[in-house]
Amino acid sequence: MSSALTAKEITVRFGGLTAVNNVSFDIPTGKIVSLIGPNGAGKTTFFNVLTGLYKPTSGNVLFGEEDITARPPHKIASGGVARTFQNIRLFGLMTAEENVMVAMHSHLKAGIIATILGTPGQRREEKMARDEARALLDFVGIGKWAGEYARNLSYGDQRRLEVARALALKPKVLLLDEPTAGMNPQESLTFINFVYKVRDEQDVSILLIEHDMSVVMSVSERVTVLDQGEKIAEGSPAEIKANQRVIEAYLGKAKGEKA
Amino acid sequence: MTMNILKRKAKKQKQSASHKKWTIGFLIAAVVIWIFYTYIMGNLPDGPQTVFQNWLPPTTVNEAMVWVICALGLNIVVGYAGLLDLGFVAFWAIGGYSAGWFMSTFFQQANFHFLSPKDVAKQPGIHLTFWVVLGLGGLICAMFGIIIGAPTLRLKSDYLALVTLGFGEIIPQFFTNGENIGGFNLSNGTKGISPVDNISIGPRILGPFDFSWKFAIFVFLTAVMVFISLRLRKGRLGRAWLAIREDELAASMMGVPLMSTKLAAYAVGAFSGGVGGVAFATHVNGVFADRFNFSISIILLAMVVLGGMGNVWGVMVGALLVAWINSTGLPAFGDLVNTTFNTNINFPSYNFLLFGGVLILMMLFKREGMIPESRLKAILHEADDTTSNVGGAH
Ligand SMILES: Nc1ncnc2c1ncn2[C@@H]1O[C@H](COP(=O)(O)OP(=O)(O)OP(=O)(O)O)[C@@H](O)[C@H]1O
Ligand SMILES: [Mg+2]
Repeated sequence: MSSALTAKEITVRFGGLTAVNNVSFDIPTGKIVSLIGPNGAGKTTFFNVLTGLYKPTSGNVLFGEEDITARPPHKIASGGVARTFQNIRLFGLMTAEENVMVAMHSHLKAGIIATILGTPGQRREEKMARDEARALLDFVGIGKWAGEYARNLSYGDQRRLEVARALALKPKVLLLDEPTAGMNPQESLTFINFVYKVRDEQDVSILLIEHDMSVVMSVSERVTVLDQGEKIAEGSPAEIKANQRVIEAYLGKAKGEKA
Repeated sequence: MTMNILKRKAKKQKQSASHKKWTIGFLIAAVVIWIFYTYIMGNLPDGPQTVFQNWLPPTTVNEAMVWVICALGLNIVVGYAGLLDLGFVAFWAIGGYSAGWFMSTFFQQANFHFLSPKDVAKQPGIHLTFWVVLGLGGLICAMFGIIIGAPTLRLKSDYLALVTLGFGEIIPQFFTNGENIGGFNLSNGTKGISPVDNISIGPRILGPFDFSWKFAIFVFLTAVMVFISLRLRKGRLGRAWLAIREDELAASMMGVPLMSTKLAAYAVGAFSGGVGGVAFATHVNGVFADRFNFSISIILLAMVVLGGMGNVWGVMVGALLVAWINSTGLPAFGDLVNTTFNTNINFPSYNFLLFGGVLILMMLFKREGMIPESRLKAILHEADDTTSNVGGAH
């Protein structure tokens, strides 16, 4: 089975702190896999390495067969690795539609002169981009807010907008960093179905960071557990549930927190 | 569904309607002013004529238009892309010297004419028509914008501001001392380059006192810069600028190349500064190194901030107002006060005190500027309501 994205022996150090320690990992093509772990385990840091925001202290990231470790972030993004943010980072004072269209930047061609002159090609391209953006907003279910500033959307809708924006990159791999944070169980359930829909209709492989165990266990085909920067387990949801080390490191704590 | 489409349409129409209103207002004001200075002012009785000469002479209006052109350029850098530039005077200067080089007898050894006005046909030097020099000055500035930007735009914004500050100091210094660069006289030092050729429109040559036609030309240039700003703002590049202004990291994660997008803002802004510089040189009929000082950069920034960052119309109004206060408004007001109350206060010397005070007051009470961009109004008027952004994250 082929991998959409592969991380090989990734280590990230911040001064004395080792946030990610020698972690190897892959996202199989067309699958939904999850990354879990207690707070500060290094999940987001690992995401940041995959998207080129941090360069790893050692190790490599492969996109398909290509080594993208040293590539600048915007090229990794336009090449097909899209993400959402744990603490929503929309362009608050741009409309939902504009937010999505920003992510199409690398796929559009109009240059300065063509834009100033408003050439037929530029107009056609803008119209296509706008239609596509609206289709994406409809797809995630917030079509009616197209003209609204992102900051005015409800929390759940902002999460959806983040996904729509990421999808506008036409990604092969979609990384979701705690997309259900702050949602109630009902909303989380809706979101799971949405993730399936994204995978099936947009033809992407998905990596999910999640704290909500019910979401993780129901949606993922494979779960990887990080603890203090180390990969301590990997397997099917059932295997992970039964893994003693995981229970100690994570599930116990999480349950304790929830109660 | 239809509801949604209607709503979207309504919003869009509202935006373009407001632009249309401003455009019409701008053109009407320009025509009225033009008619006034061409046909009416000269025929007024002495009394009112003196009043206008004191409070709003044609040179002031023309110079204000130059400020508008430059401020519109700075608005692209500061207002759209959110990059602080404290050395914009450099582009104004380079534009000015482009006029000096390509529209005068300064390069005696050369003898090159291109569509130049007839009155300089027999003179040595490089004489290109004003219209070509506009583009040339703009392009040279755009090039310098890129040269300066390329190594520095990687810096965090505070450091970038310092580098632009340095650039704004170096370029005028360079021209001041540019009399002898390895034996070559590039700038004529403190003496400056004067006169520059007149503007010609076809066979017609505009003399130094042809204020109303120059006004028409400056209005045209302003209109072009407004048009460019609005077109770019609406398109692919404008969205990327705004995204960078909003959240640079998120923008890069969405495939926006930060460097080249910022460089584009620098280049377009610098182009506008260059155009303004060329226009200014024809306005004062020469280039003089000592005119290009730090305060110009600061005044331009004040124009953009006071007027309303990111909104071309706000910037235009801000620039006109500040330029007017600066050149005639304050002195005329001072004279009025001094003669009425028999005092002897030097009002223009309190210029910067006034600006500083106004800026502070604006930042305290009306941070979005006089005529803000609609989106800025949205945020700054609920600025204390920070919870509205993210409801219960983490
Ligand atoms: N830029 C940085 N500089 C220094 N330390 C960092 C940086 N980013 C993350 N860290 C540290 O690395 C460790 C891992 O953080 P990370 O955000 O990856 O955890 P996480 O698994 O995403 O946690 P959470 O579940 O709270 O989101 C933490 O101790 C954090 O303080
Ligand atoms: Mg995290």
